[in-house]
Amino acid sequence: MTPSRWPIRRQLMAMTLAVSAVVLLLTAASYGGFEVYSARRTALRRMTTRAQILAANCTAALAFANRGDAEEILSALKTDPRTQVAVLYDRAGRVFATYPATVPAEVAPEAPGRDGSRFERGLVIGVAPVAEEGSRRLGTLYIATDLQEVWGTLRLSGLIGVAVLAVTLVLAYLMSRILQGRISVPILALADTARAISERQDYAVRAAPGTTAELAALTGAFNQMLERIAEQEVALRRYSTELEGLVRDRTLALEERNAELHEREARLVAANAELDAFAYSVSHDLRAPLRSIDGFSQILLEDYGGVVDDAGKDALRRVRAATQRMGMLIDDLLRLSRVTRAELRIETVDLSELARDVGGDLRRGAPDRVVDLRIADGVVVQGDARLLRVVLENLIGNSWKYTGKVADPRIEFGAGNVDGERVFYVRDNGAGFDMRYVDKLFGVFQRLHAATEFEGTGVGLATVRRIITRHNGRIWADGKVGGGATLSFTLPA
Amino acid sequence: MNPGLILLVEDSPDDVALTLRALKSHHIRNEVVVVDDGAKALEFLFGGEGRPAAPSLPAVVLLDLKLPKVDGLEVLRRIRSEERTRIVPVVILTSSDEQRDMVEGYSLGANSYVRKPVDFVEFTEAAKQLGLYWLLLNQAPAAR
Repeated sequence: MTPSRWPIRRQLMAMTLAVSAVVLLLTAASYGGFEVYSARRTALRRMTTRAQILAANCTAALAFANRGDAEEILSALKTDPRTQVAVLYDRAGRVFATYPATVPAEVAPEAPGRDGSRFERGLVIGVAPVAEEGSRRLGTLYIATDLQEVWGTLRLSGLIGVAVLAVTLVLAYLMSRILQGRISVPILALADTARAISERQDYAVRAAPGTTAELAALTGAFNQMLERIAEQEVALRRYSTELEGLVRDRTLALEERNAELHEREARLVAANAELDAFAYSVSHDLRAPLRSIDGFSQILLEDYGGVVDDAGKDALRRVRAATQRMGMLIDDLLRLSRVTRAELRIETVDLSELARDVGGDLRRGAPDRVVDLRIADGVVVQGDARLLRVVLENLIGNSWKYTGKVADPRIEFGAGNVDGERVFYVRDNGAGFDMRYVDKLFGVFQRLHAATEFEGTGVGLATVRRIITRHNGRIWADGKVGGGATLSFTLPA
Repeated sequence: MNPGLILLVEDSPDDVALTLRALKSHHIRNEVVVVDDGAKALEFLFGGEGRPAAPSLPAVVLLDLKLPKVDGLEVLRRIRSEERTRIVPVVILTSSDEQRDMVEGYSLGANSYVRKPVDFVEFTEAAKQLGLYWLLLNQAPAAR
């Protein structure tokens, strides 16, 4: 763990101790420096004094060249074991006497050097002139002592320094322990509080107020944050409850709607089944009596033609015509109902081909009619082929019918774009219709022409519209009396 | 032996009369056995209480769909499921042109599906075509 990752406790301690140690070391260093300097100065000063006293004592001996006296005076130096060597030079610079009495020549320096004290070769050297009171110089005294004295002083100072350093560090450690307790203990307590809150999610807990201004600010901020969290928690709970309620309400509403839809669907299915049954029954049962009416009328005409007069025969023919119309009506209605019920089978359908097919059927049904049938090529759509065939049968069939009385009948089928939408059309130059009644065109049993003029049941266009609607398309008509008609429709894919 | 037997299964007396007349008017003089419900048709073909099955099979069965007791499609199913009657030609002759009737009729093995037209003249024409085809043109394997 790098120091920056240490617990705050340890960092504070390390910091305190480091600062104390640095301060103490700096103090000790400066003090030590001063001590060395002053010890050296003291040593030099003392040496000068000693050298001068000794030199003064040696004056008489040198003045009278009494070597014995001189040596005796120098021997007094043995009371000071630090003295290494002492040499007395005469006026000419020759060695006059030495201490100890026998000194190897190489130890005694040839020349004493200048007067005064100095450090040289690990020794303190003192050099003093030997002279009579206020007059001639008689010689020079040289003393060398070792540095024991200086070292002793310095050693003592060093020991004191180390002791002070140790004691101070111990004291600093103890004090910092007490002080950092005042900082780290509240911080750790804050951390414990935070952990407890995050574990129990009890935002009502508050941290104990700090003892110092900064810690008080910290715990204050922490407590404030807790308050905000508690508030937000309450708000969040409220929102969540509201949301739950909302979801519940919506779900209920949705379920209700679903139930409603299911019910409606069930009703629709039932209605469809009923319609189915009804249509089936119509298909079977309604046509049977018609067949009887028609059949027996025909039998009357065939077998009793001689008994019934012309008016009777005419009546029978009317009965038959009406019966057949009724049959057609039933068939058309059945087709309409089937179109409504049938499932759409969407596939690609070539309307051009279908139209040509329908046209072919119509020509075969009336080989003597000459109609200009113009069918555009390549009109391909997506849709239910069977139902789209019904559409074209009705539309082209209508045009076929309503062009029956014009000189040069023409029927067109094609497709174009109107406002970006593909529009298919069947156009003719036949009888047309009055636009005032265009709304009635697509209604069941609505006819714009008398049955005597053009026969029909009035169900065809209703069927067509239903098919187009089931393809999500629209159908509309344009026309004018005697000016032909155009039936247009769309078939969104 | 009567190879030209026609079994007409039809419950409406009017339709029976009209069908018989239509057949007769085209000089189809084959014997026509008329039964007015599905159960009787099955009894005729397969025998029943105290009555043996018909000694010879009909040349064609003209079968209505909406019949009392046993309906036409059920009769057809029985005819096709019996070894003896499996190859008898069956023409459904009915009022309905409902898709599901046609689809089911053909999938059960009907040979033709003819919708009775309202127009009696057309009806007569259809009867004539049926008689011509099934009684004269169509070749059936020899009866076993």
